[in-house]
Amino acid sequence: MPRVSTWFVRSSLLCLALGFTLGALMLAAKGVGRTALIPRLLPVHIELLLVGWMVQLGMGVAQWILPRFGVQGVARGAAPAWLAFAMLNGGVVLVAAAPVFPSLPGMLLAGRTAEVVAGAAFLASVWARVRASGLSAM
Amino acid sequence: MPPLTRWYIKTALVYLVAALVGAVVLASAPLLQLPAPLIAAGPAQIHAFVVGWLTQLIFGVAYWMFPKFSAERHRGLNSVAVATYILLNAGLLLRVVVEPWQAVHPGPWLGRLLMVAALAQWLAGVGFVVNTWPRVRTK
Repeated sequence: MPRVSTWFVRSSLLCLALGFTLGALMLAAKGVGRTALIPRLLPVHIELLLVGWMVQLGMGVAQWILPRFGVQGVARGAAPAWLAFAMLNGGVVLVAAAPVFPSLPGMLLAGRTAEVVAGAAFLASVWARVRASGLSAM
Repeated sequence: MPPLTRWYIKTALVYLVAALVGAVVLASAPLLQLPAPLIAAGPAQIHAFVVGWLTQLIFGVAYWMFPKFSAERHRGLNSVAVATYILLNAGLLLRVVVEPWQAVHPGPWLGRLLMVAALAQWLAGVGFVVNTWPRVRTK
């Protein structure tokens, strides 16, 4: 597994642990009728698990398993993948922290913008690696 | 494919169909006189889809495909991996059944069962992270 993939996947595992922890807290809160906590935690829970866990795991595994042999251009180097990693995690942190800092409305926008940059960098890092192998009929 | 991965994937497929059926039932709420617990089952349906299908499929495939832990223990601690599967599904099933009832008829016993479901799913998440972390490495 390339180094950038280990960072993607380990970071996704941390997001999974944090997201499951918040989810368990919210479910337990429903059990004791303290549901006032839920509206503040729910967006953080969703961000950590959908973007931080699932999207990030997908990016990390794609960096690992997509074919690299003979790739030319920007996808040849690891820089776009590292940029995607940094921007995605910066974005997740900003988006997850945004509900805690309602006086900073630009935080959510900055986080979402970082995630767009991450998506574009990820696209640049894998686009040329998505191709027919000549081995599969599918 | 190891037996535990087959269990994960087949259970995930069952959850996929169940969650999609659940979505149809919820979509029929404006047209039919559904029982109150069914109408309150939105969060349970979402988690059946996202945890029961997506997360479970990921857990199963990661257990199968990630780099070997060691020559002796290819996939880490088998006991932790099996416990993760059991806790994830026991916790999720309990949640899917209890959460809608707790929303409609809240009570201490249902509340305790919901806390058990929360703890079981949290332990499953921790178990997966603990067993997978050492397998995420460069060559």
